[in-house]
Amino acid sequence: MGEIIVVTSGKGGVGKTTTTANIGTALASEGLSIILIDTDIGLRNLDVVMGLENRIVYDIVDVTNGNCRLKQALIKDKRFENLYLLPAAQTKDKTAVSPDEMEDLCRELKDDYDYIIIDCPAGIEQGFYNAIAGADQAIVITTPEVSAVRDADRIIGLLESSDLRNPKLIINRFRPRMVRQGDMMDIEDIVDILAVDLLGVVQEDDRIIVSTNRGEPAVMNLISPAGEAYRRIARRIRGEEVPLMNLEESYGIMNKLRRLMGLC
Amino acid sequence: MLLEYINRVLGKAASSSRIHARERLRLVLVHDRANMSPYFMNQLKEDLNNVIARYMVIDFDKFEIVLDQSDKVVELKTSVPIKKIRRDYMDRVKKSS
Ligand SMILES: Nc1ncnc2c1ncn2[C@@H]1O[C@H](COP(=O)(O)OP(=O)(O)O)[C@@H](O)[C@H]1O
Ligand SMILES: [Mg+2]
Repeated sequence: MGEIIVVTSGKGGVGKTTTTANIGTALASEGLSIILIDTDIGLRNLDVVMGLENRIVYDIVDVTNGNCRLKQALIKDKRFENLYLLPAAQTKDKTAVSPDEMEDLCRELKDDYDYIIIDCPAGIEQGFYNAIAGADQAIVITTPEVSAVRDADRIIGLLESSDLRNPKLIINRFRPRMVRQGDMMDIEDIVDILAVDLLGVVQEDDRIIVSTNRGEPAVMNLISPAGEAYRRIARRIRGEEVPLMNLEESYGIMNKLRRLMGLC
Repeated sequence: MLLEYINRVLGKAASSSRIHARERLRLVLVHDRANMSPYFMNQLKEDLNNVIARYMVIDFDKFEIVLDQSDKVVELKTSVPIKKIRRDYMDRVKKSS
């Protein structure tokens, strides 16, 4: 019996798609069978981040409209044969899939795969409710900015009133150096304010952009700090206890100097 | 003086936008959370009424509570029309404590 996890945020552009791709790839690399579902209908992205955009024949709306069978629409990943993508439709609108259809779809996949990870659209309209309809568990992504945390709070409220209790938090695009300079909220500030469990912290990492350019999730890159953070998150999802990464590695010469002088 | 200068050069700013972010967020969320849920405000109103009822009888229909946000603080403002004050309130308080 698989587990269905929806990745949400409220605010757009904070890393839902990046997170879905990376967690899915990390779990697949550990031999688990995984389906990624892109529910951002009209703004299809997960295919590009996974590097699978050229293989799409059918999409999620074709499945719910009965144009094809579910298994026909699943696209096999390039790297892992136990990882599949169900792409969003690009031409329809966010309401093209109903909550009931989404639940049916999830139920059909649940027995055959270990994890089904759903990439949710931004916002709190119908598309959000469609995406969460079949989920057992939710992840909320935020960045350490006031606007993103505020939206995350709103989403947590909506998830809880939709019976997705205890969503787990990922803080993305974290910059330890700005925190040390006093110009970014720290992990505990955010966790305190939102009062939810922390699933992980992913630092700002230029390699995320490089990996999106290549269509190869950052977890495939062994020197990417964000990749390492996502590999740890994947292990936590499986129930392992994994410590947070050391975010305080040396930040260049000024930092070393400051430490030498006993200023921090 | 010198230390402060060195700290600034090395990036340990005296004024911190982190604190601003945190405090602003706390305030805005108090408001968001309360706004989002009329249920919460009603619950609070009933709980308040239960406490006040130990001391006095109020006009529940005209009893109002609102969250009022100025720039720095969020305040809970209440307007509690009293019908009568209980003569026996001292006994009640003693009994329940
Ligand atoms: N940890 C990170 N470091 C650097 N860039 C990131 C990071 N996470 C996401 N991004 C970038 O932010 C943008 C938005 O991310 P995306 O996953 O598409 O967000 P969403 O799906 O929530 O809209 C993308 O360009 C992505 O490459
Ligand atoms: Mg997205």
